[in-house]
Amino acid sequence: MTFLRDTATIFSREFAPVWRDPLSLVFTMAQPLLFLYLFGPLLEQGTQTPGPAWQWFVPGILIMMCLSGPLMAGYFLLLDLIGGSMERLLVTPVSRTALLVGRTLKEFVVLLAQAVLIIGLAVPLGLDLHVPGVLTGLTLLVVFGIGLGGLSFVLAIVSAPGGELFYGVTQVVMFPLLLLSGVLLPVENGPGWLQTAAALNPVTYVVEAERALFAGRFLDAPVVGGAAAAVVTALLGLHLARRRMARGL
Amino acid sequence: MIHARGLTKTYTLKKTSVDAVRGVDLDVEAGQLVAFLGPNGAGKSTCLRMLTGLLPPTSGTARVAGHDVTTEAAAVRARIGYIGQKGGAGEAFRIGDELVTQGRCYGLTRRDARSRAEELLTVVGLDGLFARKPSTLSGGQRRRLDIALGLMNRPPLLFLDEPSTGLDPASRADIWAHILRLRADHGTTLFLTTHYLEEADTMAERVVVIDQGRIIADGTARALKADLAGDRLTVTLHDPADAPRAAELAAGLPGAAEIAADGPRLTLRVAAADRALPEFLRALDAAGLKAEAAESTRPTLDDVFLALTGRTIEDEDA
Repeated sequence: MTFLRDTATIFSREFAPVWRDPLSLVFTMAQPLLFLYLFGPLLEQGTQTPGPAWQWFVPGILIMMCLSGPLMAGYFLLLDLIGGSMERLLVTPVSRTALLVGRTLKEFVVLLAQAVLIIGLAVPLGLDLHVPGVLTGLTLLVVFGIGLGGLSFVLAIVSAPGGELFYGVTQVVMFPLLLLSGVLLPVENGPGWLQTAAALNPVTYVVEAERALFAGRFLDAPVVGGAAAAVVTALLGLHLARRRMARGL
Repeated sequence: MIHARGLTKTYTLKKTSVDAVRGVDLDVEAGQLVAFLGPNGAGKSTCLRMLTGLLPPTSGTARVAGHDVTTEAAAVRARIGYIGQKGGAGEAFRIGDELVTQGRCYGLTRRDARSRAEELLTVVGLDGLFARKPSTLSGGQRRRLDIALGLMNRPPLLFLDEPSTGLDPASRADIWAHILRLRADHGTTLFLTTHYLEEADTMAERVVVIDQGRIIADGTARALKADLAGDRLTVTLHDPADAPRAAELAAGLPGAAEIAADGPRLTLRVAAADRALPEFLRALDAAGLKAEAAESTRPTLDDVFLALTGRTIEDEDA
């Protein structure tokens, strides 16, 4: 009970700035929106993508948001660690786990709101909506996001108080993960070494799973692979974050 | 209120271990105002972080507000307040919202947290600023906000880590007025760290000096100064030739030490200048030696630190 109340407390703390300024949601979506409108039509014209372009591309945009959103969770945590507010909260009886879970929940809600918005905008462009598949896809996205959020918290804690490490790692890791997952263009058309690198990238599996789910195919092999990648990421992220929190900040 | 035994903390930084705190025993009774004094890196903040449960001790035990910090952390947290060195309010949040969050963290309902937040803003003179963000406040206002955050649960024991560092003199005096009022109104036990010597000197009834992770002195500022540093007397004689004779007389004063003559000027340390100076002047008079000028200076806590360690606190900061 206390844990749930504490989680709600932290969630409402983190969510209040978004609630008071909903436009900020749209601003943080600038990049995916640009990709949707300025890059998506290029795919539609070409024949690079297997199957219908929007069906292929929209899940990729969602993954793009899923990579940047939870990483922002770490960034906000880092700000609170550099300032004194995290320390202040740690002296209160609030649950330590709730401090992280509440933050992660806020990123989910933001991520879900943005995902729904992107999907809504993509339907008139030609996205074919398979509701059960999309809902399952969003769930998978959230599970993957939990893991990324946890990893980003650990990175933030390790980087405090300077923060350089956090900015450095996120810059260096984000784009390769994105480009090597076939979010923008199919990796199948690339050279062999690039396909090997993509096969080692967990994000690739999640993207493939999302694409299968958005097409309404639940029993595809990529769905199993993607779910496994998301669950493993979530378990790893949560485990590392909890372990790091137990050592004291 | 605080009972610590053999508290140690060893950090591992880049594979070398650093003994930040090496065996601290400390007892603080309810209602005391204790200043924890020492140079930067002495272990003040590390001690504070262990006593508040922020940092698990490497070894040793501490009972704070009646509970063990390691095994009963939740009970300790419910009974203490902590005002850290850095601002407690997050920059992205309205200050009223931060106070409400703080209240909810202590288990208040949203409504109770809201009314307590309004009440605290009034207590620290920030009423009407509920919807402001921390970045719009002055340095002194931000520190008062930190105090409000630390008082949310009406703690019988409040820890303050360098509460007045970085403030202008007027704001420092204002923060101190708030701290002292807390004590007068609620009998709050106050445990604070500072490296402003004069602050520890004038405000605290008990000064605990820490250096290199160990407590090296503990007592009232007055007793520490009398025992460890003593007052300094400077007497200027009319005739420099009288200095050796005057030095002999000075040696008979209670607690006299470090007697030195430089031309007609004779300096020495005594236990209590207010009594020693008239006595010395009478002795000089009786011996037929003429004094032209006499002055006494009280020691500072820096003299105490110097006497204890051979270094000044400011040396360490540089």
